[in-house]
Amino acid sequence: MAAAKPRLARWSDQTTAWLQALPLSFVFALFFLLPLALVVMVSFWDYNDYEMIPGFSGRGYTDSFEGCLAELPNLCTILKTYAKTLKLCFLVWLLTLLIGFTVAYFLAFHIRSKTWQIALSLLCTIPFWTSNVIRMIAWIPLLGRNGLVNQGLLGLNIIDAPIEWLLFSEFSVVLALVHLFTFFMVVPIFNSMVRIDKALIEAAYDAGASGWQTLVNVIIPLSKPGIVIGSIFVITIVMGDFITIGVMGGQQIASAGKIIETRLNALQFPAAAANAVILLGVTLLIIAALSKLVDVRKEL
Amino acid sequence: MMDQTQTPTGLSRRTVLKGAAGLAGIAAGSGITGFPYIVKAAEPKVLRYLGTAVNAGDEISKRCFADTGIKIEYITATTDDVTKRVITQPNSFDVLDTEYFSLKKLVPSGNILPLEAKKIKEFNNITPVFTKGELPNGKKIGGQGTAPWKVLYLEGKNSKTFAKSPTDFVTLIPTVYNADTLGIRPDLIKRPITSWSELLNPEFKGKASILNIPSIGIMDAAMVVEAAGLHKYADKGNMTRAEIDLTMKILTEAKKSGQFRAFWKDFNESVNLMASGETVIQSMWSPAVTKVRSMGIPCTFQPLKEGYRSWASGFCVSKGVTGAKLEWAYEFVNWFLSGWAGAYLNRQGYYSAVLSTAKANMAPFEWAYWMEGKAAEKDILAPDGSLLEKAGAVRDGGSYDDRMGNVACWNAVMDENDYMVRKWNEFIAA
Repeated sequence: MAAAKPRLARWSDQTTAWLQALPLSFVFALFFLLPLALVVMVSFWDYNDYEMIPGFSGRGYTDSFEGCLAELPNLCTILKTYAKTLKLCFLVWLLTLLIGFTVAYFLAFHIRSKTWQIALSLLCTIPFWTSNVIRMIAWIPLLGRNGLVNQGLLGLNIIDAPIEWLLFSEFSVVLALVHLFTFFMVVPIFNSMVRIDKALIEAAYDAGASGWQTLVNVIIPLSKPGIVIGSIFVITIVMGDFITIGVMGGQQIASAGKIIETRLNALQFPAAAANAVILLGVTLLIIAALSKLVDVRKEL
Repeated sequence: MMDQTQTPTGLSRRTVLKGAAGLAGIAAGSGITGFPYIVKAAEPKVLRYLGTAVNAGDEISKRCFADTGIKIEYITATTDDVTKRVITQPNSFDVLDTEYFSLKKLVPSGNILPLEAKKIKEFNNITPVFTKGELPNGKKIGGQGTAPWKVLYLEGKNSKTFAKSPTDFVTLIPTVYNADTLGIRPDLIKRPITSWSELLNPEFKGKASILNIPSIGIMDAAMVVEAAGLHKYADKGNMTRAEIDLTMKILTEAKKSGQFRAFWKDFNESVNLMASGETVIQSMWSPAVTKVRSMGIPCTFQPLKEGYRSWASGFCVSKGVTGAKLEWAYEFVNWFLSGWAGAYLNRQGYYSAVLSTAKANMAPFEWAYWMEGKAAEKDILAPDGSLLEKAGAVRDGGSYDDRMGNVACWNAVMDENDYMVRKWNEFIAA
């Protein structure tokens, strides 16, 4: 019957849809597209010590990639920084995925009562009850040279000198990031898992699949949208992070966000914008690759 | 972390309005209903004060309000963020408290209004450190870097050029300054430290730290390079590209061999590093050393034979400030230099720009301890009343003349600043 609708009604349906989408589109354009366009525009401006000079210049980009050809086969600053950022990002992603998946699996399949599921997922939010900075700083008395861990190990005569790499190292950066962001994995994966029809698992069991086979062939494929969404959360956050990496790395570890921060502090806004565009490009590439694996919209 | 430091402290707009409404209410309730009175009550004298945390004390704002009726609304931010805010949001503050080295960026931007010297009562009593680059006793002091006297005057009211000789237009009315050096943990080092070169001594491998504020960190590095006899700079505060490369190369090698435990960016980070024993030698600010010591941990602001790296800050106002507000700003600056605030800052280990008025507000034994390098006759108390030093203690580095007379260079913005920042990123990535 729908096909028989008069043209006018169809037109008005479409208009309504557009009108309904309008407020969000407007907000989206105002707070996302417009600032982004401005950042891209500014990234092509010139600058001096105290002002941006409107006029086309590729200086923000050429400065960022300074020495990249000359220094080959060694990596130049920006490539080195991105290599380090990607490495940290990969480690954090891997660990948050393993831990997040396990926690979500436990919550979805081992906890029978809805109340307990809710209570325990609320428990996972406890780290978010205090500020990011405090959660990071709390690690310092634990991991420091004279911290609890070192004192404990010394006291038990397991080591005879404090372990230095516990703090202000890649280890502490990854540890803090995993601590901060595992929750972003737990929620979407849990969300995917609770939607899995329990009959499918029973069917797998009845067909003689082992627990492992059920996990690999049934649960993981069906949790994929959650995994991809969680991964996008974690990767985008870690790629742009400079505070955690700064505090936990003792300001000695470079990250893509750190370059932007230094540039901003030196009032070199076009150069900072250029680096932001580069960072956005790299992050979009990763996300594009991830969404190639799974069509998130279809799976939802 | 920066977001935290940016939240305005002190009075919020709402409490000010509430106070004003309350005043108006009292005026109405008590029968004084004259129209002009209410208008006056509805317009409290408020100045939005942008600066680093150095001068921003509740005590200062309370005392200022009691003396002048001016309410100070603090907006505290890190040094870099203060500059950023002046450039990008010049209308978001009235009074600016910033460092002289920032002026090389701020003055050309045209966002600040110089104050007129003749309206500053104590201007002629300002220490010659600022006006002539010498001590009150006539001794010349080091002028490398962005020394205050190089950027103190403008050619005219709207000029963007620094004047070579004194004019009536002052970029920043000086308030506070200090001579910085390394902080050490004498209990963990257990031997005398006399030279900047010790910062990169492999003996302190994994236990040293410098600032991650490029324009200051590189100055400390330059002090080390010169102390180690590796290079003599024409001006540490204005290096050539080759000099920047050399300095960063030395720093990078030290970093690669694991010399640094961490870099720090704000006061509290430097205190934590030192107090927890993560570092034993590092660039430090005088009140941070005091803070560590007040936690019961030995820490020395160590005078070194090559001298100090100095900084200075002062007041100016935003370009948009006019009329009554500008008069309040002058009133505030005059109040600040009139002694109480100066004594307050002196007691924190900084120096006041007008020595005579600060002296009048301090007890003779305090003056002798803080300024003359003499042993304390009585216990020395911090401005909040807590015990700072017991009787008999002597200030690190001695008297004002010994400390300020031994300044080797000033915090600076170099001509090659852009290049330096790029090299600094490279250093962090190394």
